[in-house]
Amino acid sequence: MMPSINSKRPVKLKTQNKIEKELRVSSRTENLSLIREFIRSAAAQVGMKPGITEDIMLAVDEACTNIIKHAYKSFPDGEILIKLRYDDHKFTITITDYGNSFHPESVPDPDLQKYYRQHRVGGLGMYLMKSLMDEVKYRSVPGKYNEVYLMKYFNNSH
Amino acid sequence: MAEFSTSIKDKGNVSIIYLNGYLDAHTAPQLETNFSELIDRSKYNIVVNFKDLNYISSAGLGVFMAYIEKIRENEGDIKLSTMSDKVFNIFDLLGFPLLYEIFKSEDDAINKFKETGKVENTK
Repeated sequence: MMPSINSKRPVKLKTQNKIEKELRVSSRTENLSLIREFIRSAAAQVGMKPGITEDIMLAVDEACTNIIKHAYKSFPDGEILIKLRYDDHKFTITITDYGNSFHPESVPDPDLQKYYRQHRVGGLGMYLMKSLMDEVKYRSVPGKYNEVYLMKYFNNSH
Repeated sequence: MAEFSTSIKDKGNVSIIYLNGYLDAHTAPQLETNFSELIDRSKYNIVVNFKDLNYISSAGLGVFMAYIEKIRENEGDIKLSTMSDKVFNIFDLLGFPLLYEIFKSEDDAINKFKETGKVENTK
């Protein structure tokens, strides 16, 4: 049996720090590797386990991919601002874009049988984000900006 | 940065696609091209070897959905092999094992095509 993803399990950290970082990139898929590296390096600073780091990297990749494809409809010069904060046993990533507003409630959970017939997929990224993170929230101010908040909690013990 | 590459090898009537690196929304079109080219050459028995794949996002998973029905309509299949636990977990989380056969080794995947009589012995 393959082990299941342990994203919901409390995690011990080797170090306790407070960090705040920011990355601003244009809405191009070629920047996804840069975005993942940004997360990896911040997670390493607070001593996060590799498995958890990978979960967060994937969730952030999915959020940014959705922004590139849907908020900016693949327009390459939109702005994506990624703010990351580790404090009080909580890792929070806030991703802001200035593209089309987004209505998360309109995205159903994925139905693979349906996708099989339609030769396409949709909503997989959102489903992954919700599965990998402890909390996912959206805020949209139409015509101004959209924000996605991704959160992961850690326990106090060492 | 060369972050994703593929190579294709034919073993008898089975085509193996080897994945290497990071498969995301940026690199997924490269894998789409591989599938399109195999379909153009009427190669419908396909094994994808994940041994050297470090990372997959939903954009990468979407590629498999895009071609599977066309391939099965032509009596072929996409079989997946040699995934790391990490990559398997993502497939599993999204329910892909219901739609795709996933094998521990490339040989097991190739042999499955032989068992179902879709290829002659390739030795």
